[in-house]
Formats: sequence, structure tokens, C-alpha cells
Amino acid sequence: MWAYFSRRLFIAIPTLWVVITAAFFLMRLAPGGPFDQEAPLPPEIMANLKAAYGLDQPLWWQYVNYLGNLLQGDFGPSFKYKDFSVTELIGQGFPISIQNGAAALFLALLVGIPLGAMAALKQNSGADHAAMTVAMTGIVIPNFVVGPLLALIFGIWLRETIFALPVAGWNNGALPNRILPVICLALPFIAYIARITRASLIETLRTNYVRTARAKGLPFRIVVLRHAFKSAMIPVVTYLGPATVFLLTGSMVIETIFGLPGIGRYFVQGALNRDYTLVMGVTILAASLVILLNLFVDLAYAWLDPKVRYE
Amino acid sequence: MTSVLAIDNLSVSFATPDGDVEAVTDVSLSVEAGECLGLVGESGSGKSQTFMAAMGLLAENGTANGHISLDGLDLLSADEKKLNTVRGERIAMIFQDPMTSLTPHMKIGRQLSEVLIEHQGVDKETGRRRALEMLDRVHIPEAERRLDMYPHELSGGLRQRVMIAIALMCEPEVIIADEPTTALDVTVQAQILDLLMEVKANLGAAIVLITHDLGVVAGLADRVAVMYAGRIVEQGSVADTFASPVHPYTQGLLDCTPSLDVETEALETISGQPPNLQSLPTGCSFHPRCPHVFDRCQTERPLLERTPSGQSKACFYNGAEAG
Ligand SMILES: Nc1ncnc2c1ncn2[C@@H]1O[C@H](COP(=O)(O)OP(=O)(O)OP(=O)(O)O)[C@@H](O)[C@H]1O
Ligand SMILES: [Mg+2]
Repeated sequence: MWAYFSRRLFIAIPTLWVVITAAFFLMRLAPGGPFDQEAPLPPEIMANLKAAYGLDQPLWWQYVNYLGNLLQGDFGPSFKYKDFSVTELIGQGFPISIQNGAAALFLALLVGIPLGAMAALKQNSGADHAAMTVAMTGIVIPNFVVGPLLALIFGIWLRETIFALPVAGWNNGALPNRILPVICLALPFIAYIARITRASLIETLRTNYVRTARAKGLPFRIVVLRHAFKSAMIPVVTYLGPATVFLLTGSMVIETIFGLPGIGRYFVQGALNRDYTLVMGVTILAASLVILLNLFVDLAYAWLDPKVRYE
Repeated sequence: MTSVLAIDNLSVSFATPDGDVEAVTDVSLSVEAGECLGLVGESGSGKSQTFMAAMGLLAENGTANGHISLDGLDLLSADEKKLNTVRGERIAMIFQDPMTSLTPHMKIGRQLSEVLIEHQGVDKETGRRRALEMLDRVHIPEAERRLDMYPHELSGGLRQRVMIAIALMCEPEVIIADEPTTALDVTVQAQILDLLMEVKANLGAAIVLITHDLGVVAGLADRVAVMYAGRIVEQGSVADTFASPVHPYTQGLLDCTPSLDVETEALETISGQPPNLQSLPTGCSFHPRCPHVFDRCQTERPLLERTPSGQSKACFYNGAEAG
């Protein structure tokens, strides 16, 4: 298992390199630069600034330099947040994003799986249709609509009640400040996971081995939990790989809406400001995260399907 | 003799988008303890669904009417809870496809022992010990090691032995084997049949052997029932049926069974296709394919009746060309 794990980690290195290279050059294709402002800077100052950050060098040289620094664990200085290095910004923002992301994913599994399982077991009942309609709605409505809507409901309409919730700011991670962003982030995942769980459990319940389990005279509850559930979870686990990608992009929107100092917001601002090093740093972080999570998905597979374990 | 399992006027129909399909019509069958009943017929003739109804395992769109009694207990009117007390304990079923009939993520030992743990409340250790004994009994080599294996580590033949072992765990009164050898290699088929023969000799259970292979029936069964388009068309002892079949369909089936001692040049087949259940022919369902068809067959349905020889048939033809 460990040999497998480390081999996979090793394969991830060239993947990461491709991502870094592509991001580096693509970003430079975008018009404008980090020091463009509404009122243009005098050319001498601009030249000095560029020289200070090495932007006057040829692009390939900048690229080699960047890679060299990266290998030493240095993401470079931020162009916009002048007193901070990218590492520092990530150090501040990443814990916040990862907490919200993990909480949202956890919530999505906690609610989505039982919801989907219930819909599958009561297939074509009113409860099934209701759950799936809600799920579909959750998928269709983008979170930049749901976010402000939640803010409107809990921040304004329910302002005077005990349900009032803060709609912006992090407040050092106070629980009430986390609730709306996490829910908003989790909603589409609850919906997806519920739908996947439903479809896959229905399919599993039709398999021959579930028929065998029923022929054994096991109570239906045991048939579902012991014989069907594990296999039914395979597609859900598969989905967790792409889900983290959506979670990352989702958090950019959510952090902007709810004014959270997470890494997603830095990314959005960084992109708008052409803060090259910051965008690169966040991109590398996100790519690593996706690679790592896919690795965990594979490990989960091995647990769910003994066939994978031996191959 | 009293029958352990008695099926009376069973009909099974399925609701489909194109209307109801009656897969089993007015079937009556019974098996006694220690007896093996062979049930033959072409694909789709309703063999499996007859006994799926007995196990309470019909698909959700299926309904069964009639009576199925297991030693006096009516299986069709029993609720799921009641059914679960007999399934696996008093009536067990072995399915056709051993490759997909075992739960992939559970160890073999547990798939065996859970039957005992459920029905007899034994502890895990006892369950494991009895599972090991049962694997030995169905001649699985290195049984101890297999207990901790997953199904995919076993060959098809071994998996079918495991399925048989699962069915035998509680020593049931009735064992239904639904095409237990169809999915297996020819050599493995023979081994599994030997095993079933052994089970029959040792256990004293009533065995129902569903197959479309008359050769299998000849080797194993005492009595045979032949199904066509959801109905029983012939029933009798194996000896009588093979020596002198009374229904033209059975005759046809026998003609298309390769025989080991006679070198036939070309295998005969019954001409035509089994009928579509949703538009059955009028009269006798077999008449469009029957070599002896006459007017009456096209308008009137023959009932299953005893012949002077003690066999049963649903056919108007008497050996002489009538009409
Ligand atoms: N859930 C279902 N819905 C509709 N029709 C069904 C359903 N299950 C079975 N049938 C139909 O019932 C008929 C009888 O099926 P059955 O499985 O009993 O055939 P069989 O004699 O066992 O054939 P085989 O040798 O192929 O196993 C078939 O025509 C099949 O299409
Ligand atoms: Mg069948």
C-alpha cells in the first residue's frame, strides 16, 4: 500500500510541473500588469518597479527563476500586498478556506447520503420526488444567487429574531460567522451527493448479490447496510475528486460574497490585480490539494472494493 | 406422501409500460422430502419466476396469485418479516450466476456464517466453525484459507460451491437450484451436478432443479415438469418422460438434446420461436410450432390431464392424426 502511495505521489510531480508552467505563461498572456492603475505611473517609476520585481527580465528567465525559488519553498513576494510574501498570505488565508471547505464537504456527506438513501428506499414516493426536486434546484441555482439570498433572509428579514446570523466577516472564526458561508458552499454538494447516492443505491439494490442476501432471510435493514451500502458508496467517493475542484472554485465566490479573508478571495483579487506571484501560489496550492484528494479517493476505493486492493 | 412445497394455481404477472405481462399462468407443482423435481422449458417460459414467487423475491412490478404452501405455511400471504424467518432457514435458493451472486466486499466466511447467526443466533465463532465445515462438505479445497477470501479471488466453480454451501447452512427442507450450472465450464458443470446429487442423497431435502438442459434432469431428477409460455404442459416421472414423452413440445426438446450414445448427424431443433407473452396464440400456445396441430388446437386450450400411463399432459393429440 505504501509503495503504491509513494509511487502515486511521485507521479504527481510532473503533473504539478505542467500545471505550474501552464499557469505561469497563461497568466502573462492576459493584458495589463500588476502595476497598472487608473492614473498611469510615470514611466521611470514603472521601470524601477518592474526592475525591482524582476519583470524587466526575459520571460523564460523569469520562469526559470520562479521555478528555482519554488524548489526552495519560496513563492516570492506579493505584488499588491507589498509587505507580505505569498507564503504569508497563504498561511493566513488557507486555514480559513480549508476549514470552511472541510466543514462544507462534511455537511454535504452528512446530509446528502442519508437524503439520497432515503429517496432510494422510498423510490417514487412523495418524499423521493420532494427530495430530488430540492436537490435539482440546489444544483441549478448558482451559489452567487444563493449566497445573497441567504444573506437577505438571515441578515435582514430575520434580523430581529434568534435566527439572525452575521452575513459578512470572519470575526476570528466565530461559529455564527461560519454558518451561512458553509451552508451556501455545501448546498450544491448536498444535492449532487444525494442524487448520486440515490441512483447508485437503487442500482445496487437490483444486483444479484442483494437478491442472494434477501434469499438468506436477512432483515431488509441488514441487507441494505451490510450488503448494498458499501458498493453504493463507490460513485459517491468517485465524485469527491471533482467535488474538491468545485469546492475550490465555490469558495472563491463564497469568500467574496461573505467577505471572508480566505485563500479564494486572495485568488480573485490576485487575478484582478495581476498579482502574478499570488495567483501562482494559490494555483499551485489548489492543484496540490486536488492531486492529494484524488489520492485519498483511490485509498477509499481500496477500502470499498477488495478487488482494487489486490491489483 | 405429503409435499413439503406445494404450489397451487400460481399466476405471476408483471406490470409493464405496455400493459400487464403474465409470465406464469395457473401453475401447480409439488415436491416431497427427498425428491428432486426437474423443471424444464425454453428461456422465458416462467421457470424462475414461479420460484421467485415462492421466495418472495419477485421484482417490484410483479404480483403473484394462488397459493404456495411450505409445510402448511402460505408463502404468498406471508409478510416480509414472516418470510424472513423461513428464507435461508427452511427454503433456500441457488442462483444461476455465481459470478455476481456473492457480495463483492464481504469475506466468504461471513457470507456463510451470517445465515446461521441470523436464523439460529449462534455466536461468531460457532458461525465461522460451521462455515468451515460446510465449505469442507461442498469439497472446497483449502477451506480454512477461503474463509478470509473475497469472492473475486475464487473461480466460478468455487463460487457456485460457496452458493450451494450458503443454501445448505441451515439444512433447509427445500432447495431451489435455478440453472446452477449454466454459467460454468462443462467440466465444472459435471462437478457441481455431482455435488447436488450428493446433497440430495445425504440431506433428504426436497430439491427443485430448474434448467433448460434435459440431460441434467435425466441425471438428477425423479420427476420432471415441462413449462411452455408460462404453463405446465407435461409432468411425469423422469423414466416415463424420457422413454415416452406425451407432449409434442417435450418430444421436440428431447430431439434437440444431444445424446451421448447415439451419433446424430445434425441436431434437430423445434422450429419457430417461443411466443411473445403479450400476444399469446389462441388455443394451445404451442400450436404454431406443433407438428401435430389440428383445428381444435387453434381455438381451445388443452388442460393438464392424466394420461393412462400415469403422466400428465396439456395436449389434444392422441398419437393418431385426428381432424
Ligand atoms: N420484472 C419483470 N417485468 C416484466 N417482465 C418480467 C419481469 N421479470 C420477468 N419477466 C418476464 O417473465 C418471463 C418469464 O421469466 P423467467 O425468468 O421465469 O424465465 P425462465 O423460464 O426462468 O427463463 P431463463 O431460462 O431465461 O431463465 C420472461 O418473459 C420475462 O421477460
Ligand atoms: Mg430463469
